[in-house]
Amino acid sequence: MSTPSLKKGAPLAEGKRETFSSRKLFILSAIGSAVGLGNIWRFPYVAYENGGGAFLIPYLVAILCAGIPLLFLDYSIGHRYRGSAPLAYRRASRKAEVLGWWQVLICFIIAIYYAAIIAWAAMYCWFSLTKAWDDNPDGAGAFFQSDFLQVAPEAGVSMDIVGGVFGPMLGVWLVAIIIMVAGVNKGISRANGFIMPLLIVMFLILVVQSVFLPGAVDGLNAFFTPNFEALSNPGVWAAAFGHIFFSLSIAFGIMVTYSSYMRRKSDLTGSGYVVAFANSSFELLAGIGVFAALGFMAYNANSAVSDVAASGIGLAFIAFPTIVSAAPFGSVIGVLFFGSLVFAGITSLISILEVIVAAFQDKLGWNRKAATLVVTLPVALVSMILFPTTTGLYLLDTMDAFVNQFGILACALVLVIVFGAGLGMLPRLAKHLNRHSSIKLGTAWMVLVGGVGPAALGYMLINEIQTKIAEPYSGYPVWFNGVFGWGMAGALIVGAVLLALVPWSKKSKLNDPEFAEHQKHVEAEELPDPVGKEY
Amino acid sequence: MSGIAITFMIIAMLTIWGGLAISLVNLSRNPEKHDDDVEPVTTGNE
Repeated sequence: MSTPSLKKGAPLAEGKRETFSSRKLFILSAIGSAVGLGNIWRFPYVAYENGGGAFLIPYLVAILCAGIPLLFLDYSIGHRYRGSAPLAYRRASRKAEVLGWWQVLICFIIAIYYAAIIAWAAMYCWFSLTKAWDDNPDGAGAFFQSDFLQVAPEAGVSMDIVGGVFGPMLGVWLVAIIIMVAGVNKGISRANGFIMPLLIVMFLILVVQSVFLPGAVDGLNAFFTPNFEALSNPGVWAAAFGHIFFSLSIAFGIMVTYSSYMRRKSDLTGSGYVVAFANSSFELLAGIGVFAALGFMAYNANSAVSDVAASGIGLAFIAFPTIVSAAPFGSVIGVLFFGSLVFAGITSLISILEVIVAAFQDKLGWNRKAATLVVTLPVALVSMILFPTTTGLYLLDTMDAFVNQFGILACALVLVIVFGAGLGMLPRLAKHLNRHSSIKLGTAWMVLVGGVGPAALGYMLINEIQTKIAEPYSGYPVWFNGVFGWGMAGALIVGAVLLALVPWSKKSKLNDPEFAEHQKHVEAEELPDPVGKEY
Repeated sequence: MSGIAITFMIIAMLTIWGGLAISLVNLSRNPEKHDDDVEPVTTGNE
């Protein structure tokens, strides 16, 4: 519930930066961003593959030692320098602006394919009612590839539009653009305030229904039985750090942008802990629901859970339809599962788009509506050209793999090095976080962000580079991975440098008097060390 | 379910859902502060 009556000060003037009207709405929006497709379709399998119940140990270590500390780094930069990613970084240091544009371009790539997956899920919500995949004698996998996506036999770039994907994608973009045009309070806050409670209720019903299916216990047994030997494998620890990193939407620019809309006297760390544990709570719930359903699938096929366990697209669009067809009240399971994917996806998509919209809004100094349309329409156009085609699946697969590793991961590594060792800003940022927060941070936070962060991220990045160089990703042609994988990842860096070179106009938010006022208060708060009880 | 699987399920629920519960309690014990959008509020106690 928002508390508009508690808002003090003058009404929002034209061009004034928006703020979330309540802490609750910020937290819901941040959870909406963090809880995405990965929580539902990635975490259960990652945990199962990396030690089952024993995965809990590296997972918790990763949350506490890397996830939450890096989340606070994002919060502190966004809140202290009160701007979109490029503007906030530039205010911290002129040379750091390029990192912001790198994140903006990363978000552009993610947004164009994320919308496609949401559209698929929306269609599968509809298909669940009639169990449309039952019409294909070769099963749900053949239905997905041949009937629904009409995937071309070879990876490439085709302009053959698939009508069944084009229509729902158009719908997804329409909804996303309407939310974005409405702004932070009337769009993003309202959408999350409505969708997130609905998502939680829907998912709870799905989990309860799943655990009562025959064979569900075997699925849960497979999911929670610990394999302690896994703990001695560095790959398992890397998987935990990698998963937490992506799951919490760290270093996407999203949390920098969202925290820039928080009031000055916000409890940043207290809110951050709620967001991080809510994200993990949802993942645990997803693990239970997904593995209970996979237990039923194995029971029905008279096979082992290990034979049916899957993640990602295979879990959602092949395993789950099979479960929907066989389970009692299967259509209900289908609508709840795919509906959850749509809702989890749309709240994440709008947070990804906000990174881009806010960046251009700040740099151009335009009003919300104009900046949103100038940004989202071209993004939607590129998305609609590339992904509802017979080669959309190949593009999505390659772009997703490369933008995650050589976009987000690489950018995050540079970011922690720049803000830690490079600019030496961690003490100042810690002080900023502590000023109004309930949970105080000290040297440990700086060591985790400046030391553990770069070490963990560097290890993961080196591993990924070795893997991707060793063999062509997914067996696709070298030219295809070269252009849409390596080439795309390199183009993001070149594009970021070019965008950072574009001068800030007089109308831009760089010299915003509102920020000067904010800066004055923030700097005044930073001068003396807090003595005695904080007030 | 085996005993060890049940044990780990309970530990996972207690640490993760418990962590959420503790975070929420901490937040509720620290009520939201409201800063003036135009002028800073520096009255001492808030």
